[in-house]
Amino acid sequence: MKVTEAVKLLEAEVLCGDTEAVDIFTACGSDMMSDVLAFVKEQACLLTGLVNPQVVRTAEMMDIKCVIFVRGKKPDEDILSLAMAKDIVVLRTDKSMFSACGALYSGGLRGGKLA
Amino acid sequence: MGIKLKYEVDGEDFTRAGEASGDIKKTLKKLGFPPETVRNVAIAVYEGEINMVIHANGGEITADLSEDGITVVLADKGPGIPDIGMAMKEGYSTAPDNVRALGFGAGMGLPNIKKYSDGMEIDSVVGEGTTIKLKFLPKQ
Repeated sequence: MKVTEAVKLLEAEVLCGDTEAVDIFTACGSDMMSDVLAFVKEQACLLTGLVNPQVVRTAEMMDIKCVIFVRGKKPDEDILSLAMAKDIVVLRTDKSMFSACGALYSGGLRGGKLA
Repeated sequence: MGIKLKYEVDGEDFTRAGEASGDIKKTLKKLGFPPETVRNVAIAVYEGEINMVIHANGGEITADLSEDGITVVLADKGPGIPDIGMAMKEGYSTAPDNVRALGFGAGMGLPNIKKYSDGMEIDSVVGEGTTIKLKFLPKQ
């Protein structure tokens, strides 16, 4: 799925990055970066309600190309600058974690295999 | 090829934790190491770097890169690990609540480092510090 499609499904705002350039194959929803580092394996997008630069760092280490902040959370300029430097697309949606995951699942995205 | 990288990790600035791991990842990618190796090194070193900031007020990371393998040493002068066996158990964590609020401290750090590396040695003395030596073998 192109990130552009995810933007529509989530009624999301694009905060940075080229949504046409990035494909996502699976998704992971977590506020615990330790779990993301432990379990996500395939090229995924990350849905989180946690807002700090380590979300972007975690995405960078895991080759995650798209981060979606849920529950209307708004990352600051420092976080967005870091994401831009790492070529990571950042979206923001007012949907809850549950609803956002559900919307992406309904759109055809599935959870990946656990590492 | 034989490249040595060295980083000082600032224990005071949580927002910068991950800079060393990111740089090592970028260097490995540039040198043409296999993607899986690059990712494994990045994740393991990042976990170690986060641990240094959370528990040990910073430290030093050195990485030796060669075609035969990658060796990374994470050394800190923090409080040390009283029970390494417990610290290696998934879910065991001594991280305070403020660290959990930042998305870490689920007790997955050391187990994750072990999972993503091909060799791990921990040398820790309470009151003096901890040194973790990691080995990675390039995977095609």
